[in-house]
Amino acid sequence: MARTLAQKIWDNHVVRSAPGEPDLLFVDLHLVHEVTSPQAFEALRLAGRRVRRPDLTVATMDHNTPTRGGRQAADDVSGKQMDALEENCRRAGVRLYGMGSRHQGIVHVIGPELGLTQPGLVIVCGDSHTSTHGAFGALAFGIGSSEVEHVLATQCLPQGRPHDLAVTIEGELPLGVVAKDVVLGLVSRVGISGGQGSAVEYRGSTIRALSMEGRMTICNMSIEWGARVGMVAPDDTTFAYLEGRPHAPRGADWEHAIEAWRGLASEENAPFHQEIRLDAASLEPCVTWGTNPGQAVPVGDRVPEPADENQERALRYMALRPGTAMEDIAIDRVFIGSCTNARLEDLRAAAAVIQGRRVHRSVQALVVPGSTQVKLAAEAEGLDRVFQDAGFEWRDAGCSMCLGMNPDILQPGERCASTSNRNFEGRQGAGGRTHLLSPPMAAAAALTGHLVDVRSLL
Amino acid sequence: MEPFRRHQGRMVPLDRANVDTDQIIPKQFLKRIERSGFGPFLFYDWRRNDPDFVLERPEYQGASVLLTGPNFGCGSSREHAPWSLQDAGFKAVIAPSFADIFRTNCLKIGLLPVQLPESSVRRLMELAQEDPALPVTVDLQARTVSAAGFSEPFAMDDFARECLLNGWDDVGLTLRHADAISAYEQHRAAWLPRVPTP
Repeated sequence: MARTLAQKIWDNHVVRSAPGEPDLLFVDLHLVHEVTSPQAFEALRLAGRRVRRPDLTVATMDHNTPTRGGRQAADDVSGKQMDALEENCRRAGVRLYGMGSRHQGIVHVIGPELGLTQPGLVIVCGDSHTSTHGAFGALAFGIGSSEVEHVLATQCLPQGRPHDLAVTIEGELPLGVVAKDVVLGLVSRVGISGGQGSAVEYRGSTIRALSMEGRMTICNMSIEWGARVGMVAPDDTTFAYLEGRPHAPRGADWEHAIEAWRGLASEENAPFHQEIRLDAASLEPCVTWGTNPGQAVPVGDRVPEPADENQERALRYMALRPGTAMEDIAIDRVFIGSCTNARLEDLRAAAAVIQGRRVHRSVQALVVPGSTQVKLAAEAEGLDRVFQDAGFEWRDAGCSMCLGMNPDILQPGERCASTSNRNFEGRQGAGGRTHLLSPPMAAAAALTGHLVDVRSLL
Repeated sequence: MEPFRRHQGRMVPLDRANVDTDQIIPKQFLKRIERSGFGPFLFYDWRRNDPDFVLERPEYQGASVLLTGPNFGCGSSREHAPWSLQDAGFKAVIAPSFADIFRTNCLKIGLLPVQLPESSVRRLMELAQEDPALPVTVDLQARTVSAAGFSEPFAMDDFARECLLNGWDDVGLTLRHADAISAYEQHRAAWLPRVPTP
């Protein structure tokens, strides 16, 4: 029977299958960070077990790392968590790209950057945005700490098969509309639980035309509509991104790999449980008004009338009145960063809007590159100067204000235009209000001091 | 993990949809490296900012079954969310649907996620509002939820149920298949990425 991309990868990784039980899947790459791993390592120790495949496990520090002042700037509890990761990796023989390493960065940025993220792999990490790696045609999903322990001990996970769901997007994106707008537009249409239980494959001419960075942005936010994984079939764009990266196959291995990767695509008649179709021409620059990523509208629209109690609650939290033009919403802070939108292409897109202009006097604006490598590459082409000359702060790599575990947080009542992935209550700091948007839209908001259609500045 | 067979306790109705894990336990409490002691931080901001928050009301103190809306536990994969519920005394959560990672995390630690139709959850919420002292029984053996004239079966796959009923260590279960894992490893392509340490 014709199979989908997800089914092929699944079948390739079944270690054991028994009726009435979940399949036991082999994990090719386990990414680890400081926040969700200490309890897993501890449980392993208490049970007298060892890390089975340290060579398939890679760790970094990203969630609570300070973005200025180095390790010393971390509070004591965060410091202890980083110490624990160092100690755990040292004992187990796991490679750690810790603070100070030139490969340190957000776990979902460094995997692809190092060429570790490859088509056809099963990749897991104790973080819900692991779906990012699906952009390469990998089956990648977030797990909890008990599952982190499971993978450390066995390099396997028992998993039930997901449903196959296709998202087909056709056509050319209008000027000023980027990958972030595609995924916000999608989530606002399907709702934040529309993908529950699913392995999503994004396909169609719009997806094919996107760069790897754009595909990562879309796959990254698969979890924001509840999907277990989000993926794109590998193609020449994928291979061109991977070739020559530190852990990509070389020489004859590269040829073998390409051949295997080309065979991964979903077959013509492969059955999907559901298909969602989207017309690229219908998409516009998007921004959220509420407290979940599905509460988004085109920037030219108005704050909607609440449809139910949950939306009323969201409007109260966001201190917004129905009927207000989105462009009339003034902002205090701008955050350009996160595993969704802090790769080099994102920074270039924001810098292109900012070039030669100044951040509005009422706005405090922050750029946090997704990795140390992204930071160095951006500096090599002078993007740091563009941002700093405009009045942005230029920081060190990490998750930073996407979840506010480090000192970068909103104060109560502050309103932020953010390129991150979640606008939940208090996500960026207790009482803080988040509007999600693309890097160019965040740049435009920084310049004008309010939400604004970036197309008016192009 | 502690086995879960049957639990009787009082309910608390948290009538909200899409409760995300950032609300269940905010990020500032994820810095601890221990697995226990997260109970006091459960719904931290809601408890602190809303004097009428349902979990703070005296009549619901000691409740051990949380009733809530669809898509409970969406967002972050933090297992700290079910840890905090369990540490605060909850044994089961009843909702019309759960986010996938949250549900899995619950099953791994023996906090029972019970999925019932929205109308049934609504009925239980009404019962809990009418009489906060009313006990509910969640029976995993029989796969039923019952309370004062209310009785309804729920679905739970056999394997997850067996694990919970017996309190099995599922790492131990997987390790019984160590030979199959080794056999699989033998056949992986040599060019697949590896990161050996010196």
